[in-house]
Amino acid sequence: MKVHPIAYSVAALALLLLFNAFFTDGFFAIELRDGRFYGSLVDVLNRAAPVMLLSLGMTLVIATRGVDLSVGAVMAIAGAVAAVLANGDPGKALGWLQVSHSVPLVVLCALGVATLAGVFNGVLVGRFGVQPIVATLILMVAGRGVAQLVTEGQIVLFENPSLELLANGSVAAVPTPVVIVALAFVTVAVLVRKTALGLFIEAVGSNAKAARLAGVASAGVVIAVYAVSGLMAGVAGVIACANISAADSGTTGLYLELDAILAVAVGGTSLAGGRFSLAGSLVGAVLMQALTTTILTRGVSPHATLVAKALIIVAVILLQSPALRASLRAPKEQAA
Amino acid sequence: MTVRIARQNVPALATLAVLVVLYVAAGLTFDGFFSLRVLVNFFGDNAFLGIVAVGVTFVILTGGIDLSVGAVVGCTTICSAVLIERQGFHPLAAFGAMLLAGTLLGTAHGVLIHRFNLQPFLVTLAGLFLARGVGLWVSTESVQADHPFFKTLSASKLPLGDGVFLPFGALMFLVVFAVGVYIASSTRFGRTVYAIGGSEQSAHLMGLDVARTKVAVYALSGFCSALGGVALVVYTSAGNAINGTGLELDAIAAVVIGGTLLTGGYGSVVGTLFGLLILSVIQTAIIFEGSLSSWWAKIVTGVLLLAFILLQRALQPRQ
Repeated sequence: MKVHPIAYSVAALALLLLFNAFFTDGFFAIELRDGRFYGSLVDVLNRAAPVMLLSLGMTLVIATRGVDLSVGAVMAIAGAVAAVLANGDPGKALGWLQVSHSVPLVVLCALGVATLAGVFNGVLVGRFGVQPIVATLILMVAGRGVAQLVTEGQIVLFENPSLELLANGSVAAVPTPVVIVALAFVTVAVLVRKTALGLFIEAVGSNAKAARLAGVASAGVVIAVYAVSGLMAGVAGVIACANISAADSGTTGLYLELDAILAVAVGGTSLAGGRFSLAGSLVGAVLMQALTTTILTRGVSPHATLVAKALIIVAVILLQSPALRASLRAPKEQAA
Repeated sequence: MTVRIARQNVPALATLAVLVVLYVAAGLTFDGFFSLRVLVNFFGDNAFLGIVAVGVTFVILTGGIDLSVGAVVGCTTICSAVLIERQGFHPLAAFGAMLLAGTLLGTAHGVLIHRFNLQPFLVTLAGLFLARGVGLWVSTESVQADHPFFKTLSASKLPLGDGVFLPFGALMFLVVFAVGVYIASSTRFGRTVYAIGGSEQSAHLMGLDVARTKVAVYALSGFCSALGGVALVVYTSAGNAINGTGLELDAIAAVVIGGTLLTGGYGSVVGTLFGLLILSVIQTAIIFEGSLSSWWAKIVTGVLLLAFILLQRALQPRQ
C-alpha cells in the first residue's frame, strides 16, 4: 500500500494534539482579546512561523538535492540590516541610507540583501558546481560576521511601531507572522505548481544530468531555489528582529537551519531530492513546535526538546532509508 | 633541476604559502608577534580545536562529515566537571568514561551511516542535538572543577627556554597530531580511508573492509571530540554545556583550508595543522590589532574558505 508521504507527519501531529486534549488543560482554548486570538494553538502557529518560512525555501532547495545551511546566518544578516535601517542613526554602518521613515523600504532593503545572499549560494552551487553543504557552509561561517559588521558588533535597538506590527500585530485577529506564512506558502505554491518551475526543480533533483540534456536550465533553477531560500530567511529574520525590536546578530536564527531541515524531512520530502511537499514541510514545522510546547507545558526540562529532536531525526531518516526498507521487506519476499 | 608538484599537493602547498605570508605579514605589522610565546600560544589556545580537527580530517577524507563534534566537546566538558565535582570521580575515571561515551556516539553515527546508507550530515546533526541536549540537561551553568590532579597536569609542561613552556594541552594536541599523521600515511586503515574517499565502490571491489573502516572513522572522530573536551576541561578547569558552539564549523574550515577535499580521497592531516595555524594567526593578529572585533575572524575565515573551495574546484578534473 502506498501511503502519501505527508500522512506520517499529519498522523504524528494528530497524536500529539490528542495527547494534549487529554493531559493539558485548556490546550484547545482560544479566546478573542483586544481583536486578536490567544491560546496554546495560536501560540504554536505563531512560534513556528520563522521555521515554517525557512522550511518553504528549504523544501525547494532539498528538492534539487541540495541543502542550505546558511539560512540561520542569513536571518541574522536580514535582521541586522532591518534594525540598523529602522534605527536610522546616520553615524552607524548603512547610516547614509536614510529610510527609517518608510517601513516598506526598510523591509525591502533587508529582503534584498537576504535574496542576494541566496543568489551567492545558488551561483556557487549551480554555476561552479560546489557541493551544497560546502557552498552554504561559507555563509554559515561568515554570515554572522557580516551581520555583526552591519550592527558593529552591538545589539541594535530601534523604536518603530509599524515595523514591530510585523511580529506582534494581527490581521483579522490572526497574528501577523501566521498571515505572512500563509501568504508566502500560497505564493511559492502557485509559483511552483501553476508554472513549470516545480517540474524543473523535481527534474533537477531526480537527475541533474538528464534534466540538463532534456533542456532544463539547471543552473538557473538552482540559483532560483537558493534565492527563494535566502528571501524566506530574510522574511524570518525581519520578523525575528521586529519581535524583540532589536537585532542580536549572535543569536538570531541560531541552529534554525537545522530545525528547517528537520521540518522538511519530517514533512515527507526525501532528502535525496526529487518529489517535494510544501504543505508537508509546514506540517513538519508545526509538529516540531507543538512538541516543544508540549514538553514545556509538561514541565520537563526544555533541553529534553533537543534530545527528542535528535531521536525524531534518526527515526524519520531511518523510515526514509531504502536500505532499511529493503532489509525489512526481504524476509517477507522470501517467504512468499 | 625542475621541481614537479603533484596536482593533489597543490592545495596543501597553497595553504602553507598562505600561512607563511600571513605569519610574516602579521609579524612585520605587530611588535612582538614573532616571539616564541606567541608561537606556543598558537598550539596551546587552540589545542582542543586541533585535536577535534584531526578526527574530522579522517571523516572528511572518506567523503563524510561530522557536525556533532562541537556539541560533544561541550557535553564532555560539563559531564566530566559534574562527575569530578559532584560525584567525586577521579578526573582520570571521569575522562575515561567520557572518552568511551564519545567513541560510542561516534560508532553509532558510523553504524547508522554505513548500515542504512544515511546522509552523514543528518545523522551527525542528530548527534549534535543529542549531545547538546544531554549537556544542557546535566547543567545549564558553568561548573568549576578543582582537583589536585589538574595541578599535576598543568605542571607537566615542556620547557622551551626563555621561560616559555609548551603547555599540557599543546603536548596532547601534538601527540594526537603525530598519531594522526602516522595512521593516515602508514597504516592499512589510513590507506583504506583514502580508498573509500576516492571511490567507495572501488574500495569495496578491491576487497577492502569498507564497513569497518567507515564506522571506525566516525568512532575516531567521536573519540577525538571527547578528547578535545578533556583538553578544554584541563585548560579551563571548568565545564560548560555551551562550550564548543560552532566548533564544528571551525574544525571543518581548518580541514578544508588545509587542502583536504570535501568530496574525500585527497588531503592530509599535516594540511589540517596548517589550516589550524592559519586560523590561529588570524585570531592572534586580530587580538594584536586591538581595535578590530573578534567577528572579523569569522569573515576572514569565510573568505579563505571560499577561496580554497574555488581553488579545489579549479584543480579538480571535470567529470
